[in-house]
Amino acid sequence: MSTVADAHTSEHSLEQNHDHHGPAKGWTRWLFTTNHKDIGTMYLIFSFTMFLLGGTMAMVIRAELFQPGLQIVQPEFFNQLTTMHGLIMVFGAVMPAFVGLANWMLPLMIGAPDMALPRMNNWSFWLLPCSFLILVSTLFMDGGGPNFGWTFYAPLSTTYGPPSTTYFIFALHIAGASSIMGAMNVIATILNMRAPGMTLMKMPLFVWTWLITAFLLLAVMPVLAGVLTMMLMDINFGTSFFDASGGGDPVLFQHIFWFFGHPEVYIMILPAFGAISHIVPAFSRKPLFGHASMVYATCAIALLSFLVWAHHMFTVGIPVAGQLFFMYATLLIAVPTGVKVFNWVATMFRGSMTFEAPMLFAIAFIILFTVGGFSGLMLAIAPADFQYHDTYFVVAHFHYVLVPGAIFGIFASAYFWLPKWTGYMYDETLAKTHFWLSFVGMNLAFFPMHFLGLAGMPRRIPDYALQFADFNMVSSIGAFLFGATQLLFLFIVVKCARGGGEPAAANPWDGAEGLEWTVPSPAPYHTFSTPPEVR
Amino acid sequence: MRVRAKRALALCGLALFPVMSMADWTMNMSPGVTQTSNDIYGLHMTILWICVVIGVVVFGVMFWSIFAHRKSRGHKPANFHENTTVEVLWTIIPLVILVAMAIPATVTLIDMYDTTEADVDIKITGYQWKWKYDYLDDEFGYFSSLSTPRDQINNRQTKGENYLLEVDNPLVVPVGQKVRLLMTANDVIHSWWVPEFGLKKDAIPGFINEAWIRVDTPGTYRGQCTELCGKDHGFMPIVVEAVPQAEYQTWIGEQRAAAEKEKELTQKEWTMAELMERGEKSYQSTCAACHQADGSGLPPSFPALRGSAIAVGDIAGHIDIVVNGKRGTAMQAFGEQLNEADIAAIITYERNAWGNNVGDMVTPKEIFDYKIQQQQ
Repeated sequence: MSTVADAHTSEHSLEQNHDHHGPAKGWTRWLFTTNHKDIGTMYLIFSFTMFLLGGTMAMVIRAELFQPGLQIVQPEFFNQLTTMHGLIMVFGAVMPAFVGLANWMLPLMIGAPDMALPRMNNWSFWLLPCSFLILVSTLFMDGGGPNFGWTFYAPLSTTYGPPSTTYFIFALHIAGASSIMGAMNVIATILNMRAPGMTLMKMPLFVWTWLITAFLLLAVMPVLAGVLTMMLMDINFGTSFFDASGGGDPVLFQHIFWFFGHPEVYIMILPAFGAISHIVPAFSRKPLFGHASMVYATCAIALLSFLVWAHHMFTVGIPVAGQLFFMYATLLIAVPTGVKVFNWVATMFRGSMTFEAPMLFAIAFIILFTVGGFSGLMLAIAPADFQYHDTYFVVAHFHYVLVPGAIFGIFASAYFWLPKWTGYMYDETLAKTHFWLSFVGMNLAFFPMHFLGLAGMPRRIPDYALQFADFNMVSSIGAFLFGATQLLFLFIVVKCARGGGEPAAANPWDGAEGLEWTVPSPAPYHTFSTPPEVR
Repeated sequence: MRVRAKRALALCGLALFPVMSMADWTMNMSPGVTQTSNDIYGLHMTILWICVVIGVVVFGVMFWSIFAHRKSRGHKPANFHENTTVEVLWTIIPLVILVAMAIPATVTLIDMYDTTEADVDIKITGYQWKWKYDYLDDEFGYFSSLSTPRDQINNRQTKGENYLLEVDNPLVVPVGQKVRLLMTANDVIHSWWVPEFGLKKDAIPGFINEAWIRVDTPGTYRGQCTELCGKDHGFMPIVVEAVPQAEYQTWIGEQRAAAEKEKELTQKEWTMAELMERGEKSYQSTCAACHQADGSGLPPSFPALRGSAIAVGDIAGHIDIVVNGKRGTAMQAFGEQLNEADIAAIITYERNAWGNNVGDMVTPKEIFDYKIQQQQ
């Protein structure tokens, strides 16, 4: 690997002689850039902005639910908040964050100079701010924004939706197009631009999981576009796809939506699996256990994710045979997911561990994602699901897989790669504080939701019966703590980016391996103009 | 300063007290009162304990590693990274556990789906935001909606014991009998859930879903709508009274007599004052959720009625929209939902309340004739 680094340094000094190889001056650098690092940065900043916006909405929701009774917002607006919170977090925060990480890290990990389709890369990023500008603007329109939940079940979202629904459809169409382009770019890059010698099975896991994620995106985003278009037709052009009084079928909507929606939840978690598979070995100073079985497990999860969509619909009254099929298929997903968790634990086993911020977030990821997996297993048992379905138990479940899952995965990745991006170490004490406050806040916010759901509290309600008061108050306090803590993350990143820490070495971590650590920190504007050799 | 802080704390405590004293810290699912709910509870506890055991084993190994295999304790890393035996083992074992779990779940599920040989049939229809219960064998039906006063919701009144879980007309079922529930909806998708019965089923427009219950213990059981159905989704509870067979028969008799009486209302001669009085009551229970108690509505989804072109305009147009609804909007066809007396009273009320003073009135007979005329 040392030969690779040498070859690169000499090539890099050559580059600096040419001014036109650096970034353009002024704000047009960001508007017109085709550089994967610039675009990656923009994706990450956009994602964090959306995270704060969606988080603010969550704070208002938790403030309303702090006590029984209506205090802060009215039910109409409450429904808009829950809907927008979901849409913004899914399509605006989590997905773009992973695309940002992919943009930054995939070329560095496979030894490519850039993404395969740089101009499309720019376009797919800039579509996102447009999409979310339209989506958020619906809140200020006559009749308010979308108020039918992020799952926008028809006919609540069609016949009974607010007038702004067409804008919502348009916004999601644009976001979907952006995702499709991002996915094509990832696939083209990984399949065509790997350094000589990097066979598929030698690819790092973050690359693998993103390759699989990209195929999932390509498969399901058009399905989302399809269901959105059918809604558009129902609302504006007099069709009755989902309107029973016109011969349509409201359940059809749910089948199509969840055919998109279930792979979508894996889209939000597989890249995190990949990143964790880099971080755990690095801080255990021991190679990843079962690299090949990790790849196979990810493929198995991706394939199974197409066969389980109706487990979101156990109560709609599908025939018992269908019910059984989807229950068995869903239970089956636990097997490859279990394999991944076992592999991570086996990687830590007999390692030589240290616990810097990325590792703390990674360990919390493994534990808490598994907790979310356990409640997922419980939800998979169809008869029991009749009691859990659409209660706070489900809210607890998916927040456990998305907050300490996807979001902690993103935090772990950010701390792990910040030295590479900025050239400086972040403030470890502050980062650990960020971790512990997030950890406590998150568990305080979401764990009591399991109890609320089991005790019978439905989800998506602005007010609740008195027996749910205590745990709701605890949950709100936890949520405020978690929310406020995220401002600390902003501070840590800004401080690090402005050079407020130790300069970072090319490989600041003892046990980190891979091509990305062979280039200097911060990574030069152009890397791997000549591909490295992988043996 | 400290005194003031203490006083503030005490005040806070006092303000929260009524809420806190009634709240509890229930952490687990209730076993419920039916065979089905007990089966579900059993499945729930089994899978929960399986998860706990797996968790203890996996996290046990992990925490032991975290404790023992750390650099600060001078532990040197091993270099193994593959072991086929272990990997096959931890694929097979979970698979076996899952199969063991799937068997009892399958048995319960098949039992839940067996809706044959029911003693009583009740049709449940979800409306924005109330339920309608139709006793198919006895040819009567009624609406059931939230009875918690608005003032409790808006914190102007102390909240009652069954806050948000109380209704005007509960569903009544006989104990010990198999009751088949046929669920559908009139507007959007709702979902009928009573946790104590272990029964949750979606009520979907255009579909009829089947489910069944057999309650063995008399009592009052409460639940809520669990599918987001719009603005007042959180305000359409379910209350079921399970009563002994004899009491049930008496109740059925009363309801049938009451239904007969309702029909006679159409033929009765009504005065303006009577219509206004009935109209206000019916308006509050049927129309106020959208058009608001003072007729101001929530535009643009729910237009104002105060001074609206329809409410103060041509009476035929007013009758038409109330009876037939407006397609493509949330305005339902109330002709099928309400009796003639209520429709007439509501229209009369809307034309003469909150500053609307058209001065005319509509009688139940006119509504009856209008409906007949429409059918032809």
